[in-house]
Amino acid sequence: MAANPMSQFDVYRIGPEIKVGAFDISFTNASLFMILSTVSILLIFNLGSKKKSILPNKIQLLAELSYTFVSKMISDTAGSKAKPYFAFIFSLFMFVLFCNMFGMIPYTFTVTSHIIVTFVLAAFIFIGVTVIGFIKHGFGYLKLFVPSGVPAVLLPLIVVIEIISYLSRPISLSVRLFANMMAGHTMMKVFGGFVISLGIIGGWLPLSFSVALTGLEILVAFLQAYVFAILTCIYLNDALNLHH
Amino acid sequence: MVKKIYFQSIFFSFFFIKEAFAAESGGMPQLNPEFWVSQIFWLILTFGIMYLVLSKLILPKISNNLESRKSQILENIEAAEKQRENSDAKLKEYDEIISKSKLEANSILNQAREKALKDIGAKREVLENQIDNEIAEAEKEIDALRKNAPDKINKIAIETSSELLQKLIGAEVNNSSISAIVDDLYKRNGDKYYGN
Repeated sequence: MAANPMSQFDVYRIGPEIKVGAFDISFTNASLFMILSTVSILLIFNLGSKKKSILPNKIQLLAELSYTFVSKMISDTAGSKAKPYFAFIFSLFMFVLFCNMFGMIPYTFTVTSHIIVTFVLAAFIFIGVTVIGFIKHGFGYLKLFVPSGVPAVLLPLIVVIEIISYLSRPISLSVRLFANMMAGHTMMKVFGGFVISLGIIGGWLPLSFSVALTGLEILVAFLQAYVFAILTCIYLNDALNLHH
Repeated sequence: MVKKIYFQSIFFSFFFIKEAFAAESGGMPQLNPEFWVSQIFWLILTFGIMYLVLSKLILPKISNNLESRKSQILENIEAAEKQRENSDAKLKEYDEIISKSKLEANSILNQAREKALKDIGAKREVLENQIDNEIAEAEKEIDALRKNAPDKINKIAIETSSELLQKLIGAEVNNSSISAIVDDLYKRNGDKYYGN
């Protein structure tokens, strides 16, 4: 591997170049890890839902615990009205979590460390939530930008701030995940580089740092998936239960 | 604490990114738009397929499993409650049977005692009657004996006197005269002799 800590984020073509019109949709390492993540998710949850035993085995327990975890998260933050969107949020959480976790294996590619991937997800969520909000409340959804109990003098300023904060949602959502993933992996790579450059005598300190960082990054991988999913729930809550 | 370390690490990592940028001129591969379309395409494809499979096939099964487990547990609890109620009822029945049989046993005991007492009473009556009869008979006999005793003694006295007289005098004495004397004596002093 190259010494450049950013080279781990390089996307390269696997196999031939595929072009549809002007667009290059070649199979890349990013595609490979997306497929790996989704296939492992489907495999685990398929195995976990196959048997119908009263006392679940380990994989069934895993699937059922994930199910109850996500369903509790949704009902806690977005209420019972968010139930139709359970499958989407569950898929989202699992996809982000598995992409993050796959990235923790050495020599793998982290799908979520690319701004375009997280931005597409966040933009889809943003558009979807906005559409749901307008379908549920019509133009009343615009009341989201006018908080109640605000003095009339401050109202123009507040509305502008609310609109900006609403529009920046997809950016903050996508950048949060992408930056966390990229930063963590870069830092690990840098410390790994230090181990090599400092050699057998001085390399132990960065090595111990690397070990600690690995633990931290696994935590971050889970935490960011959770944050991504719970922010989606909160946005959904705004759209479903409009009370400002 | 974890949060602090986390943010610090992010801060330091950005510091290192700067270093890396200084060293290399490549920049961030994330900002290279060469494969953006490909990534979007594959993201939509894989995520879409995963979403469809999860929402249509897998998640309903898991929710079914959870529901059926819940309902089965509830059913089992209900069945257990029913059985407990049953056993409670049976225990009550059992208690009732025991108390009933105790009462029955008591009544049987009482009846038996009464019967035994009655029997004993009847037998005692019979025995007492018999004893009374026997006593009465014995008394009658004694009375008869007592009544006959003076006559016999008188007879003996007469015979003895007549024999004594014969031996003393040597001549036959009229028994009737002796008996007249004895009778006379008896009438006068009988009470003194026999103590009746």
